[in-house]
Amino acid sequence: MKTVTINPITRLEGHGKISIFLNDEGNVENAYFQVPELRGFEKFCEGRPVEEMPDITSRICGVCPEAHHIASTKALDGVFHVEPPPAAKKLRELLYSAFFVADHITHFYVLAGPDFVMGPTAPKAERNILSVIAKVGLEVGGSVIKHRSDALDAIAMIGGKRIHPSCGVPGGVSKSIDEDERVKIETIAESEVEFAKFTMKLFDDIVLNNKDYVSLITSETYATETYYMGTVDDQNRVNFYDGKIRVVDPEGKEFAKYAPVDYQQHIAEHVEPWTYLKYPYLKKIGWKGLIGGKNSGIYRATPLARLNVAEGMTTPVAQAEYRRMYETLGRKPIHATLATHWARLVELVYAAERMLELSRDPEITSPNVRTIPTSIPDEGVGAVEAPRGTLIHHYKTDEKGIVKGVNLIVATTNNHAAISMSIKQAAQGLIKKGDVSDGILNMVEMAFRAYDPCFACATHTLPGQMPLDVKIYSKNGLLLQTLRRPEF
Amino acid sequence: MTKPKFAFNWASSCGGCEIAIFELGTKLVDVANKIDIVFWPAVFDYKYSDLEAMPDKSIDVAFFNGAIQNSENEHVAKLLRAKSKMLVAFGACAYCGGIPALANTTNRDQIFASSYLETATTDNTEKVFPQSNVQVAEGELTIPEFYNTVKTLDQTVDVDYYVPGCPPVGEQVSKVINQFVEGGLPSRGAVLGASEKSLCHECKRVKTDRKITKIVRTYQTIQDPEKCLLEQGIICMGPATRGGCGSICLDANMPCRGCYGPLPNVIDQGGKMLSALSSVFDADTEEDIQKLADSVVDPIGTFYRFSLARSLMRRTRP
Repeated sequence: MKTVTINPITRLEGHGKISIFLNDEGNVENAYFQVPELRGFEKFCEGRPVEEMPDITSRICGVCPEAHHIASTKALDGVFHVEPPPAAKKLRELLYSAFFVADHITHFYVLAGPDFVMGPTAPKAERNILSVIAKVGLEVGGSVIKHRSDALDAIAMIGGKRIHPSCGVPGGVSKSIDEDERVKIETIAESEVEFAKFTMKLFDDIVLNNKDYVSLITSETYATETYYMGTVDDQNRVNFYDGKIRVVDPEGKEFAKYAPVDYQQHIAEHVEPWTYLKYPYLKKIGWKGLIGGKNSGIYRATPLARLNVAEGMTTPVAQAEYRRMYETLGRKPIHATLATHWARLVELVYAAERMLELSRDPEITSPNVRTIPTSIPDEGVGAVEAPRGTLIHHYKTDEKGIVKGVNLIVATTNNHAAISMSIKQAAQGLIKKGDVSDGILNMVEMAFRAYDPCFACATHTLPGQMPLDVKIYSKNGLLLQTLRRPEF
Repeated sequence: MTKPKFAFNWASSCGGCEIAIFELGTKLVDVANKIDIVFWPAVFDYKYSDLEAMPDKSIDVAFFNGAIQNSENEHVAKLLRAKSKMLVAFGACAYCGGIPALANTTNRDQIFASSYLETATTDNTEKVFPQSNVQVAEGELTIPEFYNTVKTLDQTVDVDYYVPGCPPVGEQVSKVINQFVEGGLPSRGAVLGASEKSLCHECKRVKTDRKITKIVRTYQTIQDPEKCLLEQGIICMGPATRGGCGSICLDANMPCRGCYGPLPNVIDQGGKMLSALSSVFDADTEEDIQKLADSVVDPIGTFYRFSLARSLMRRTRP
């Protein structure tokens, strides 16, 4: 049996690995996606004062520290049984909306963009952000950098730091914003809304007006039937900051809807010996291995999943785009993994509109941003929708607020099983009779990229393409062929 | 003139240091024009095999972020050391261990038990643990070995310069890269991209040399945004922490947690903080002192938040 090893895929704090086994006919027997890193947060957070958790856990990820910071801060509200003042909740959500804007912009332009703007079959040397900028114009390139950076300015005004914010406290946020800051954030938000609309238009022009792309998006190679998970408000509309977690089955029927505090009744995690990352699954269905469908507990929690579980968006332009996406693709839920890119842009519009709404909220400059806790700390669960899926922080403390137990269901982890399946599917679709064509690199990457995997920490904010190295070995371990991207 | 050859790599860290480099924004393009990047897994398609094929000392400067927590981190650190004239520990994790080094308060067995057996949602009745080598039906699968103790970069290989911060702030990153490109480097072993004084020197808050009689935790009180936090009883690592970040956490009305690491000529950041703290305690009797000391609920996680691997103790008993 031949082994095809993709190593390293350098987007999980440096390391990721795919091992593909070919059978005697040269077809894919199996493919393993391996996560080779563990840092041990759940253990080493024990003994820490619980109010320090937003500071410590934001270091789980330097790309999405805001997601951990806010989920952690919400868990603290639970631990201390404290309700933040309205302005504090709004400031957290404003920071969070700005974060979604920055994160989704960079994913679309830097990571996903090259495949669509340049084309999946374009010469590899052209499938990168530099070529995208060359094609769409330097002005757009500058605008991408500006809008990402402006959103981080807004984050820093509320959270203190551009990377690893420090404002989260139980019962609120550590500082309010003044009118000057509000005006600055409003101005930024206005521009973000226009840029989000522009981005949607760009997606229309380049992707949706191209029949080949639409059929690629809807092709079976990239469709995986799974359950979907996402957070909704009381009218089942998408919400990133707060609400209930809703799960729909592969036919779109509601399977579960629960408060984050009840997550343990719904999610369990499976362990395999070849990877450091666990596989979450729906507990009531059970772990049936890496297979999709209604009888398997595997679910996805992505932008597409969030739209699939919801019945709409709360802001006008996003709502129109939401409807257009489902009307165009003609079904709900959408199983096409590549449609996740489209869903991400619908979310980008929503995040920018929500940011603008909140920046104009009369209460947003209220100095009343903290409620000092008075009850004895014990246990709390905090959940948000991170850009890459539902994120849950769960802490238990002693009566002095010292952490005794931590459980984290991290956004990308939700999709671990589905990503593994998508990789296998892409490999099986592309590798036939031992012929590992050069094109496998990008096709495997495209299956991957749609998830915007956060083990790709730096990926979606840095120019470049996922460096894949495909090595084909003979049975006795002799290196037969190495396929590698050209330098650029 | 040939452009200096740069390499960037990250090990056990969150990726925030990579983002810190991206924070150069449009300046990144200018920088990229002045240097020749020969290895940067996040951005360019150079592999370990490419690195291995390079002659020794053929890279001018390698920026390494992240601590050393597994066998792959160590392998790449050694490889980059061999291939580079100058190796820079970039960010709190490579410099001092950072947050990942809090794992030194526990050990591998406990971390595995927690992650794969005890956490609330884990379903693992067969007690399966990840292993470096696993035989599956189709063949063998390997993953790196997870270490019992997290180390700094300079506990693994020789380091030429250090850049503190979690992450280093954008303006400082810009300055540091310029120092390598344009010249003006201090002598080997120096800390770059930071101040030579404590954070207190750049903090805008008013200090009155007021003594404290009790420690207050951040959640227990609303901090006065104008006054020194330490004088409000909040443990702020400012006196024991190198400045240079612009006191951004203080501006957000939160205390310094020490991410810029120890002061010049200080080996142990936590020890320095203890001495700073004792000088503001208003305690005359041994009983008072004990009471105040007892009110520090997590000395290791507070005084060594980012520097445990670099401290005198390095870890608790394994």
